[in-house]
Amino acid sequence: MDWTQYLTPLTLGAWVTIELTIYSTVFGALLAFAAGIGKLAHNPLIRAISIGYIEIFRGTSLLVQLFWLYFALPVAGQAIGIDLRLPPVAAGVLALSLNIGAYGAEVVRGAIQSVSKDQYEAARALNFTPRKTLWRVALPQAIPEMMPPFGNLAIQNLKDTALVSLISLSDLAFRAEQLRNFTQDSTTIYTLALLMYFGLALILTAMMKLLERFVGRWRAGAR
Amino acid sequence: MLFGIAWDTSSGWAFAVSILPILLIGMWVTIQATVLGFFIALAVGLVWAALKAAPLKIISWPAAVVTEFLRDTPLLIQLFFLYYVLPEFGITLPAFMTGALALGLQYSAYTSEVYRAGIEAVAKGQHEAARALNLSGGRTFTHIILPQAIPRIVPAMGNYLVSIMKDVPLLSVVTVLEMLNVARIIGDRTFNYLVPLSMVGALYLIMTLVASAGVRLLDNWLPKQGIPLK
Repeated sequence: MDWTQYLTPLTLGAWVTIELTIYSTVFGALLAFAAGIGKLAHNPLIRAISIGYIEIFRGTSLLVQLFWLYFALPVAGQAIGIDLRLPPVAAGVLALSLNIGAYGAEVVRGAIQSVSKDQYEAARALNFTPRKTLWRVALPQAIPEMMPPFGNLAIQNLKDTALVSLISLSDLAFRAEQLRNFTQDSTTIYTLALLMYFGLALILTAMMKLLERFVGRWRAGAR
Repeated sequence: MLFGIAWDTSSGWAFAVSILPILLIGMWVTIQATVLGFFIALAVGLVWAALKAAPLKIISWPAAVVTEFLRDTPLLIQLFFLYYVLPEFGITLPAFMTGALALGLQYSAYTSEVYRAGIEAVAKGQHEAARALNLSGGRTFTHIILPQAIPRIVPAMGNYLVSIMKDVPLLSVVTVLEMLNVARIIGDRTFNYLVPLSMVGALYLIMTLVASAGVRLLDNWLPKQGIPLK
């Protein structure tokens, strides 16, 4: 088979990979902010939940989490009488978001803590409520600091989407494996797949750079 | 029954206790793959770092492209690539070796950056002092730069050791019997995935906590000013 004939199925797979990356990066970012801010909360219960979530998902392997959600969760649901069978897409997006969210939470926490103490004192002197201090003072200055590590996490997430092929989602990695089974032409197929992932990563890097420049306007003193 | 050890499905707890030794056999494979992959990453990463620091663009530029490629493509595909493509060129490695090689290659891209950052972090005055004392380039590197770079490198390398450990379950796709693969086989045969997979999660938490604590201990023990290599 000519290598151009591989392109159609691989592109179909790449599209699934792109969708998975977008969903899980967006959900992951939401989780990262929730858990990162939660870890700094005064309420000990919220803090404990955030720390527990972060430690469990950073301390175990993504593939273990994915298999647990896909294979073990239905068994747990059966035991308590609830149907917890997840379709592969849901299990995949959930595992990817929970995993990347836990890593992102540490980035969010670090960035918020790196905002200078004077800013918090000034906010207090101006009688800002804690909520207003967070939204109007801390986050706008912290978000630009989060962008470079967030860019790395987005690439990490793109690479991690390949694992969902193991729970039968037809992403780029799955299509490549399928084509190899049909044609045994491993060298061409895997080279193409690697190049496509590399291309996607370069595009994603460029997009994160644009976003970084956009939020850079929020940095203190940048006008 | 797996590895000659039978399981007891009479109750959840009895099942958990009976499969623990089987999972520990898998854990031993996970630890071996982690250590081997880590050493490959340390060695190959040093080569990349040296090539990228080369004054000739014709050497440094390809090295930068290759490491970027290794960093930006999924480990799973790299693993399949090595597993299926190397034999076509007459290189047949056992699955475990292929897996450790894939882990090592992917992480060599990361470790090369750690080496670079660690070496660059050594103050410029140190280079100048070494030159003023008329030390040769080689001696400057081994006796002045490296001893001061190592304490800076250790914590970041430790993080990658833990990351490699968490990526080892991918080796199950090329038939390596590491901990997750063992748990899946138990699940396939007993139709109970909950207990083995939850145990793997818990064992992973223990492993990563122990590894992180070990790295912290090593980091605290290392003299911050540098290690005399004599």
